[in-house]
Amino acid sequence: MSGGRAKARLPWKQPNLNPNLFPSGLRAVNIGLEMFAAPIGAHGGTVVSLDWRPPAEGDRDLGLLVARLEDDRNDPVGRTIAAANAEAVQRLLAAQPMLTDVLPAAQALGLGERHILHSGPPIEWPRMAGPVQGAVIGAILFEGWAATPEAARDLAASGAIAFSPCHHHAAVGPMAGVVSPSMPVVVVENAAAGTRAHATLNEGLGKVLRFGAYDDSVLERLRWFASTLAPALSRALRASGPLDLRSLTGQALQMGDEGHNRNVAATSLFTRTLAPTLVRTSDTETASAVLDFLRANDHFFLNLSMAACKSALDAAHGIKGSTVVTAMSRNGVDFGVRMSGTGDRWFTTPVGVPDGLYFPGYGPEDANPDLGDSAITETFGIGGFAMAAAPAIVRFVGGTPDDALEFTRLMGRITLARNPAYALPSLGFAGTPTGIDARRVVDSGIAPVINTGIAHREAGVGQIGAGIARAPLACFGQAIRALAEDLGVPGAVSEAA
Amino acid sequence: MTAVVQARVFPNSYRDSVELMRIAAELESLDGVLRAGLVMATSANCEVLTEAGLFVDALAGAGPNDLAIAVSATDDAAAGAALELAASRLGGQATEAAGPAHRTDARTLAEAVAELSHADLVLVSTPGPYATAEAMKALKRGLHVFLFSDNVPLADEIELKDLARRKGLLLMGPDCGTAILDGVPLGFANAVRRGSVGLVAASGTGLQQVSCLVDRLGAGISQAIGVGGRDLDERVGGVMMLAGIERLVADPGTAVLVLISKPPADSVAKAVLEVAARAGKPVVVNFLGGDPEAIRSMGLIAAPTFEAAAEAAAAIALGQPLPAAMDLSAYDPTAPDGQALLAAAASAATTLREGQWRIRGLYSGGSLAGEAKLILKSVLGADATRHEILDLGDDEYTVGRPHPMIDPRLRNEHITAAGADPDTAVILLDVVLGYGSQDDPAGAMVPAIEDARAAATAAGRSVAVVASVCGTEADPQGLSDQERRLAGAGVLLAPSNARAARLAAAIAELAAQAGPAMAQAGSLGAIAEASTAGMRP
Repeated sequence: MSGGRAKARLPWKQPNLNPNLFPSGLRAVNIGLEMFAAPIGAHGGTVVSLDWRPPAEGDRDLGLLVARLEDDRNDPVGRTIAAANAEAVQRLLAAQPMLTDVLPAAQALGLGERHILHSGPPIEWPRMAGPVQGAVIGAILFEGWAATPEAARDLAASGAIAFSPCHHHAAVGPMAGVVSPSMPVVVVENAAAGTRAHATLNEGLGKVLRFGAYDDSVLERLRWFASTLAPALSRALRASGPLDLRSLTGQALQMGDEGHNRNVAATSLFTRTLAPTLVRTSDTETASAVLDFLRANDHFFLNLSMAACKSALDAAHGIKGSTVVTAMSRNGVDFGVRMSGTGDRWFTTPVGVPDGLYFPGYGPEDANPDLGDSAITETFGIGGFAMAAAPAIVRFVGGTPDDALEFTRLMGRITLARNPAYALPSLGFAGTPTGIDARRVVDSGIAPVINTGIAHREAGVGQIGAGIARAPLACFGQAIRALAEDLGVPGAVSEAA
Repeated sequence: MTAVVQARVFPNSYRDSVELMRIAAELESLDGVLRAGLVMATSANCEVLTEAGLFVDALAGAGPNDLAIAVSATDDAAAGAALELAASRLGGQATEAAGPAHRTDARTLAEAVAELSHADLVLVSTPGPYATAEAMKALKRGLHVFLFSDNVPLADEIELKDLARRKGLLLMGPDCGTAILDGVPLGFANAVRRGSVGLVAASGTGLQQVSCLVDRLGAGISQAIGVGGRDLDERVGGVMMLAGIERLVADPGTAVLVLISKPPADSVAKAVLEVAARAGKPVVVNFLGGDPEAIRSMGLIAAPTFEAAAEAAAAIALGQPLPAAMDLSAYDPTAPDGQALLAAAASAATTLREGQWRIRGLYSGGSLAGEAKLILKSVLGADATRHEILDLGDDEYTVGRPHPMIDPRLRNEHITAAGADPDTAVILLDVVLGYGSQDDPAGAMVPAIEDARAAATAAGRSVAVVASVCGTEADPQGLSDQERRLAGAGVLLAPSNARAARLAAAIAELAAQAGPAMAQAGSLGAIAEASTAGMRP
């Protein structure tokens, strides 16, 4: 400081208080030209520079809308959103998904005659993807509503079957996600919120209904599920009491699973946990067949994982003003997103083919666009968001273990919290990134990553590969516009019209 | 000669166009490189590349988030080398900022704020269309904003400033070139001593000129708050100048305030002067070209030039009497700067030929150009309009080209052309130092000045070159080093832009009187040195 020597002669008061606007040192964020950062550091300030790019993929109006929805304690809109998101995150982190039972869908979901559920946002028969149509045919045959595949197809096309998304019935289904009244579903209750979610039993790999196969082996397996597997699991669960899926998933994440495409650890833990009671509550032949099925199906836990995530996200759904994403899902034609603060509306856009590896003899030209409700796992912060737990998964896209860590870190940029129940050893036991904020997705242009299987585009062929997909950004932009319009924020309708 | 074009795409790599143009300029200076284009591959930019003959198949798949680089060169080796250099320049970004400033991978402000706890301020220098959103996010999170970006719509500025006012925050800008808060330079700022002079300025180079002159006069700056060139527009209402005054009034480190702006709208001027009159601290007001009487009638000190503002503020800060001129009710901006100025002007004028009469001011600083125009007008009266003062930083010259403070090429072209023009008597220049400016702006001009002189000499003329350097010794470029370079090229140096403009005007006047004989003999260099030294405090 200089310039003070001669000032005593002056009539005005001399400075004797702290003359700094920022008494503990200027702390700045630099957005734009990198060259402005260094002088701040050189003069005793602290500065970080954003890895900035135009928000909303360069859509100025949408980017500005996101700014208008920013947290702001002095503004009703910003205050509402901040509080709503805090509440949504609190509910997500508090979730306690418990597996309580396995019951027919008719009983668990109240699913009526001639009603079939499918994955993803709403879609009618003519637009359904090949694998979904195949699964619907299989379900009709399984229910005995038609005797031949041709008759089943005609029935589906006739309008006599009601179709609706699993998500509309507190359910989720992998790939085609087809659920019909006689199919058994797992019942998962979120003890913290009382929400309940359901999913079918996982069929394993190969020819399976969820990839659109409906030959006799597929139907035979479904019948065995209903007659043997489901009742056995139900008896065991009733005897053992509800099974804590959160703790099971937490352990599995430390054993190389990510809760979506890799479930071998969780399936093993599940089997180990249930086996003693299963043996006590079933005859030897049944218990042996059930345990053999679980042993041979590394993905059995996937459907439990999905229902657990759904039960948590439903608890966070419907909070006015919240920008937390509560569902991401695909029906093989459209990708759909639901957001807590916009209620039961879907925001959809055409879905693409995942990036991945193919089984021998198949390639991208054979692939159906991405499919299934299983992205509910990513919505809850596992699956692709927990890639750091399962480096093996990134090899589907030729990645390295470092890439796996990077995927999880990247997802941390679009989420509001870390879930301490799901600690990731490779990231210093930081929790999985949880609570996708649609504002941050649009603002950063970082699309949520989704681990996924790849279905053949034709019904019945089945899985032909696996890989990694990115949620289309457009859905999140639509959700932001809708929320802004609901909240009466200026500029919300300009583009939507 | 056939040109080859090579191109490369950097997927999902955003860079600001200013950075890209700097790199393009560097590539074009390489041997064998004809043209270089670095753009984000939007469809509009790809069209630009196509028109420039730079769009090749390698760029076909690039989208708006991809960075496209295309180089045309005399041969493949030169093109390849240029692409390599571009790649290293782009790659260098991540490592360059190591040390006290660091780059984070944070993509959004929300994330950066979570990472950097207790953030105070956000600097926004994105392209204009996106700047409003970034500034708004910062304000909503309770952060002050330094908004360097230009091309921000007026309606956005009004909305942002209203938001800032309600939250008790500073929104400095848009198009705010510079500020100094707590001694920390923001944007294109100079490294000035800290002290008790507080500035609020709606002019970037005005703020730089006053803060540098205050430093040169031995005083220092408490805070220098930029408010953007439109703040005192009637529609904006001087919101941030009023907020800045309030802060400096409350600031125990500020003993004297200086307000800098173009003449504001009447209603705004009234509001600002009324608040200033209640400051309880001396306030120097520089409304460039405005009516000094309105200022004096409020009991404030009217300074007609940046230099006068700096002199008055420094005198108060240092406990010295106000400069004599400031005490006069009618300060005369045409007052000669003593013997040295006249001598220098006279000496320069002796070398001019008949028909050389015009001043060509080639400015990088808009407010400095404005000040020069004003001084020419007050010295030369109606004749002033025949001379030419160009603000080469103005939008009309910078479309698709870097600002002359960043890149010397545009101004150098004008300097060379001015030397070849038989009308030209004086080339008048500003050289602005500080952070953000070129590494060696004086050195970058010297070749063009030498070209201009050589062209004049070849035609049997000589041309006077007058310049002032706006900077401090502590600036990265170093004031005296820069002045030495210019003096070495025979440039007549003045310590302020106002004095440089007066010197140019004096030469033009003498040239117009066509009296070569009145001059005393003497070397230009010696007189230039005297004219500079005589005016130092």
